[in-house]
Amino acid sequence: MTDLTSLTLAEARKGLADKTFTSLELTDAHLSAIEKARLLNAFVMETPDQARAMAREADGKIAKGDAGPLAGIPLGIKDLFATKGVRTTACSKILGNFVPTYESTVTSQLWRDGAVMLGKLNNDEFAMGSANETSCFGPVGNPWRREGSNTTLVPGGSSGGSASAVAALLCMGATATDTGGSIRQPAAFTATVGIKPTYGRCSRWGIVAFASSLDQAGPIARSVRDSAMLLRSMAGHDPKDTTSVDIAVPDYEAAIGKSVKGMKIGIPKEYRLDGMPAEIEKLWSEGAAWLKAAGAELVEVSLPHTKYALPAYYIVAPAEASSNLARYDGVRYGLRGQGKTITELYENTRAEGFGAEVRRRVMIGTYVLSAGYYDAYYLRAQKVRTLIKRDFEDCFERGVDAILTPATPSAAFGIGEKGGADPVEMYLNDVFTVTVNMAGLPGIAVPSGKDSQGLPLGLQLIGRPFEEETLFSLGEVIEQAAGRFTPARWW
Amino acid sequence: MSTATHKLLKGATGDWEMVIGMEIHAQVTSKSKLFSGASTAFGGDPNTQVSLVDAAMPGMLPVINEECVRQAVRTGLGLNAKINLRSVFDRKNYFYPDLPQGYQISQYKSPVVGEGDVLVELDGGRSVSIGIERLHLEQDPAKMQHDKLPSQSLIDLNRCGVALMEIVSKPDIRDAEQAKAYVTKLRSIMRYLGTCDGDMEKGSLRADVNVSVRKPGAPLGTRCEIKNLNSITFIGQAIEYEARRQIEILEDGGKIDQETRLYDPNRGETRSLRSKEEAHDYRYFPDPDLLPLEFSQSFVDELKASLPELPDQKKARFVADFGLSDYDAGVLVAERESAVFYETVLDRLANRARDGKMAANWVINELFGRLNKEGRDITDSPVTSEQLAAIIDLIGEGTISGKIAKDLFEIVWQEGGDPRALVESRGMKQVTDLSAIEKVVDDIIAANPDKAAQVKDKPQSLGWFVGQVMKSSGGKANPQSVNDLLKSKLGI
Repeated sequence: MTDLTSLTLAEARKGLADKTFTSLELTDAHLSAIEKARLLNAFVMETPDQARAMAREADGKIAKGDAGPLAGIPLGIKDLFATKGVRTTACSKILGNFVPTYESTVTSQLWRDGAVMLGKLNNDEFAMGSANETSCFGPVGNPWRREGSNTTLVPGGSSGGSASAVAALLCMGATATDTGGSIRQPAAFTATVGIKPTYGRCSRWGIVAFASSLDQAGPIARSVRDSAMLLRSMAGHDPKDTTSVDIAVPDYEAAIGKSVKGMKIGIPKEYRLDGMPAEIEKLWSEGAAWLKAAGAELVEVSLPHTKYALPAYYIVAPAEASSNLARYDGVRYGLRGQGKTITELYENTRAEGFGAEVRRRVMIGTYVLSAGYYDAYYLRAQKVRTLIKRDFEDCFERGVDAILTPATPSAAFGIGEKGGADPVEMYLNDVFTVTVNMAGLPGIAVPSGKDSQGLPLGLQLIGRPFEEETLFSLGEVIEQAAGRFTPARWW
Repeated sequence: MSTATHKLLKGATGDWEMVIGMEIHAQVTSKSKLFSGASTAFGGDPNTQVSLVDAAMPGMLPVINEECVRQAVRTGLGLNAKINLRSVFDRKNYFYPDLPQGYQISQYKSPVVGEGDVLVELDGGRSVSIGIERLHLEQDPAKMQHDKLPSQSLIDLNRCGVALMEIVSKPDIRDAEQAKAYVTKLRSIMRYLGTCDGDMEKGSLRADVNVSVRKPGAPLGTRCEIKNLNSITFIGQAIEYEARRQIEILEDGGKIDQETRLYDPNRGETRSLRSKEEAHDYRYFPDPDLLPLEFSQSFVDELKASLPELPDQKKARFVADFGLSDYDAGVLVAERESAVFYETVLDRLANRARDGKMAANWVINELFGRLNKEGRDITDSPVTSEQLAAIIDLIGEGTISGKIAKDLFEIVWQEGGDPRALVESRGMKQVTDLSAIEKVVDDIIAANPDKAAQVKDKPQSLGWFVGQVMKSSGGKANPQSVNDLLKSKLGI
């Protein structure tokens, strides 16, 4: 038998349906791959017993012929998703050994459709980071290395564990979340496909909140089709999240292979940054050429407020985070610091429990919401946000179906290489992705090529609200043209 | 009705005027909490009515309870206030164990209800109109107990997340009497609407009172806020104390520090809780978990159409339909339960146009008087509306006199029973048999020839004869018949 872990999700679905192998076999293959890949530190919690039980149940259903769309497919779950009875920490010390009594809506929909949980995946603490270096469980290794180098690179973040595990064939797909690029940037760094759907497409219920108006769940997978299959199960209206939208979830997979002829693709001139590596520039042109060859029409578009997006994002996101993280106070659950007074208890709990990056953002957020600063920072950032949104709306009103941009300004970098002295160096990773969150739009990152050092690079497609299907159709065109990329195993 | 004149406080340097504004926190009557499905029932075992949202577990999200929105709109309509079709929930951020989220979901810049006004009745037929600044919805925090254990505090999350309406008045209140009457009126309106039970003992209604003093006509003085007053009596006491404290400071050449104070009912004084400098920076911002609260005018119109009759309307109707005095009508409508009782009596009367006013007198004088004397509540009256209506019918139709009716009321109060049957079985019926009365009349005239002779010149002494006849008939003679007979026999 070929290595079951190297199958795509779509291939595995066929194998299971044809009874070529069982979910238990598929699950065991992944569990053993996980065991051998602990060096990557992608999983922070392995749940083999639960995985096998779920696999057996799936096998039973497949045998009876009432299998769900993801029956028997082993997945990894970002540790931001609450999983009933399974420790959920958001990779923060402050949650300690928190075990939820509830299951997030997104994961419960995956289990409803028959998927199997292999365990919980590493991420930046509270999803704050772009390299998966802020996790209390330590950094995650990228399965990709520079040619001829032994340096371990970051997988990006905050969904670094998800991207690394999918790229390293430890799971067939993974849940992830994206507040400023946390799905798309790690996907680009690991040659995986990651889609952040429209804000409101997936329920946020049961996902540890970072910045509520920006957070959105989505999948990371090894192909555009696989990501479409996963999103279909993850998406949907949830009365428990009033920001989720009551629009029927289409069969995203049906968009794969659909002609893109006549689609208008916007190329935003403001994304041509000074000092952008020539390789990225080249990749972007290549991507445009592939879409053109498939019949799409290219137009130059302008998104004039792009340059304000990153600073505005780093006001809005920390502001919301400072409030969202106030509940971690040591009173009801998680870590409790010692203190003679309630104030001391708060201070010690939060000083011990939060890592440096989280503390920084809580401080920034508290500052920008303070009396006397609110108008100058938070309110102004919200105005910028409106302008960014309007930029995109203007584009779409002129008939543009999707916008093509690079996913990241560089390829993966070494652990500890960036942001040590200046956090802004790290924040710049999100320069192409934050606008999409600020505008609430769907965005997909698709692997598109490699740089001169052999590291993967990705392109991003940005779509109209709730038109993820367009992104899947166009994404698959790029995937077909660029081919698929698998890292050589070193772990 | 006349516009109120208010009380001024005398100081060493002359009269001082109080300027008072109030924030009333009224617990919304609803089955479940403002943003969660947990029960709001009072008195459950600690921490048994707590949802994952109330406990602020990771990843939990608030979902607005539409019934609470309806209740807020109803209340706004009852306060003649502007209803805002779009309002916004904000987070008020501060750390305290009674607030699991680390923020209270409230409405800051855009409340659901805007400006309105309330007509407040005072003693002596005076009244005053108090402006409403706004009404907004917010979460009640949890309840803390600091005195159960020596070194630890206990938290009960049952109350956490229950909907509150914060009703903010304009600084239109001028003395303690007005303040007390204002709270009483607000409570009455909300009880009529069924939007808040107004039970101050259970904490369903609490008031923060802002007090400042000034020389009449002078600009506003610096105010102090007295937090969390939970009885109308304390509101009055706290205002009086606080105003006098401020006057004393000002007359000694001092200045008032803007601060938050607490009233200690045992000592009858207010004391400083925190100064303005120690005030929290709440870092309000729109709650990103909740969309703006939007509803249509027709939603408001429907609620408006289904509002019950409110005290002011009811009072006007009682005056117009039954000729009640403003005062009596005011007494009857002040508490919803009293008005309901009176109206139930009306409904059961054989002839309410004739006897409606008499019914009001009976409810107010006999029933309320007796209830007050025994410290009982109208809802636990031994005389039912049915029994009282029967007594009034018996008077109205002339079966018993008013005097006998009082005896009958006493019997019903003590022993219960059907008034009509009691009148029969105990021989309380009024004697309308003219020949029987005539005999008594004749005897009395015969026994008092002097008085009978005088009565032509002094018709007012007829009353003496009436009294004598009634007395010797044991009160059962029909007073009207006695009157008529006496007049004809005495030739007046």
